Amino acid sequence: MAAYNERVMDHFRNPRNVGVIEDANGVGEVGNAKCGDIMKMYLKIENDVLTDVKFSTFGCGAAVATSSMATELIKGKSINDALKLTNKAVVEALEGLPPVKIHCSVLAEQAVKTAVADYYTRRGLTPPPEAIVEESDEEEFIANDE
Amino acid sequence: MTVYADNAATTQMSQTALDTIIPLLRETYGNASSIHSTGQEALKILDTARSKVAAALNAEPREIYFTSGGTESDNWAINSAAELGAKQGKKHLISSAIEHHAVLHTLNKLKKNGFEVTLLPVTNEGFVTPESLKAAIRDDTALVTIMQANNEVGTIQPIKELAAIAHERKVPFHTDAVQAVAHIPVDVKALDVDMLSLSGHKFHGPKGVGALYVRKSQKLTPFMEGGAQERSRRAGTENVPGIASMAAALEHSVNNLDANIKAVSALRDKLIAGLPGKLPKVILNGAKDGNLRLPGNVNVCFEGIEGESLLLLLDMAGIRGSSGSACTSGSLDPSHVLLALGLPHGTAHGSLRLSLGEFNTDAEIDYILEQVPPIVERLRAMSPIWEKISKS
Repeated sequence: MAAYNERVMDHFRNPRNVGVIEDANGVGEVGNAKCGDIMKMYLKIENDVLTDVKFSTFGCGAAVATSSMATELIKGKSINDALKLTNKAVVEALEGLPPVKIHCSVLAEQAVKTAVADYYTRRGLTPPPEAIVEESDEEEFIANDE
Repeated sequence: MTVYADNAATTQMSQTALDTIIPLLRETYGNASSIHSTGQEALKILDTARSKVAAALNAEPREIYFTSGGTESDNWAINSAAELGAKQGKKHLISSAIEHHAVLHTLNKLKKNGFEVTLLPVTNEGFVTPESLKAAIRDDTALVTIMQANNEVGTIQPIKELAAIAHERKVPFHTDAVQAVAHIPVDVKALDVDMLSLSGHKFHGPKGVGALYVRKSQKLTPFMEGGAQERSRRAGTENVPGIASMAAALEHSVNNLDANIKAVSALRDKLIAGLPGKLPKVILNGAKDGNLRLPGNVNVCFEGIEGESLLLLLDMAGIRGSSGSACTSGSLDPSHVLLALGLPHGTAHGSLRLSLGEFNTDAEIDYILEQVPPIVERLRAMSPIWEKISKS
C-alpha cells in the first residue's frame, strides 16, 4: 500500500463535494472496475460557469483524494478554465502522490473533461477538442509484494 | 483500541521467542563452526534448535535445513527439484494457481529457462482437486508443489492425497507450509511429503529465519556455495539466536496447538458470522467448512467498494488488516488467488482479509464487528459501482 502525505489523507478522510447532483447537466464517468478505479463527475453549469460540482468514486485513497481535489479546483470556474485542469495541477495541489498513484490524477482530469463533453452533447453541440479524452494505454506497474 | 488482525502477513514475537533470542544475541555470539568453547556453545544451541524443529514436524534433525525464511525455502526446494529433474530429462513442473509468489515467480523463472509449468486450477472455495493432478502429471514431471494452506483465503489442501498421487508416479512432492506450520497439525510422515517450507515469523518467531524439511532419501542441491554449514548445502554462518528463537516459538505453539486452534477458530467463526451484519452483498471467500480453513483466516468481499480505501479507514479506526485489491498489490490486477477462485475483478478489489492469532481477544472481535459496517456503508455511499449494484 502506498504511503500518502497529510494533504492527500485529508482529502481522503474528508472528501469535498461527494455526492450526486440530481439535475446535473453534465455527467462523466471514467475508469473501469477491472483496474479498480471508477470516477463519476456531476456538473451543474449555468452561463458557462460550473456552479456546482459533485463526484462519486470507487477506488483507492488516491482516487478519492484526486477526485475531491479536482472538484475543488473547478467549482465556480468557467468551462474554459475547467478544461485547462491538468492531472499535474491536481497532483501539485495535493502536494504529491506516490508514483504508482499518478494514474488516479489522470482519471480525475479525464472525469472533468468527460462531464464537460457530456454537457455539450446533451445540448446537441459538438464538444470542444479540449474536452475529448483519448483512450490511453493502461500503465504497467512493477509488482511490489509484501 | 488497536487490533492487529494481519497475522498472515507477520506476527508479533511471543514472550518465549523474545526470552530465547535476547540473551543469545548478547552472550551466544560464537560461530558454530569454531572449535573453541564459545563456538561449541553456539553449535549446541543450534543442534537443540534443529531437534526441536524436527520434533515439531515429526522429522529427523538431519532432515531440517535452516534458511532465511519461507521464500528462500520455496526457491530452494523448487530449484533443486528442477535441477535434479532436468538431469534425467524431466522438465515439467506442477503447481497450483493460488500459490504464493515465492513459488509462482520461481516457476516463472524456470519457465524462461526451458521448463514447462502446469498450474492446476482450484474450485471456487480454493481447493486443488486430486483429479486435476492425476490428469496433469506426466512421465517427465520433475516436481509437484502445492501449498498446504493458502495465505489469502485460508483453504487447507488435501496434501496427503495429492502427495500420494505424485508418489504413484515417482514424482517428488513439495509443500509450502508457511501458513500451516504451528497453526494446524503438520506431520511430514503423515502427509508423506518430500520437502516442506516454513517461516519463523508466521508463528511468533523472529523475521529472517525459516527452514526447509527435506526427507533423507530426497536429493537436495546446494543453495549457496561457501562453507560447510547445513550439510554443505547452505553456506553461511548460522543465525543461531534467530534459529533458536524460531525453534522455541514453534515448540511452544505445537505444545499448545489444540487449545490455540479451538480458541482462534472460535474468534474466526464469530467474525465470519457477524461481519455481514446488516450489510447486503458480502461474500465469504475460501473454504466454507471451518475444518478445511486456517483457524485464523477471515476473507470477505464487500461488493461495490475498493480494498485500499477500506484498509485506510479501518487503520484510522485502529484495525490492521489487508486486502487483495490491485492498489495494495502494486499492480493493476487484484489478487491472483481471488481471481483463481472465480471472483470478478470488480468484486475482488473489495476484499478484506483479517487474519487472527492467539493474541487476539473476544473484545477485539466485538470492536471489529462494530467498526466495519459503518465504514463499508460510508464507502458504498460514495461508490458509483454500488449505486448500480444496489439499483439492480
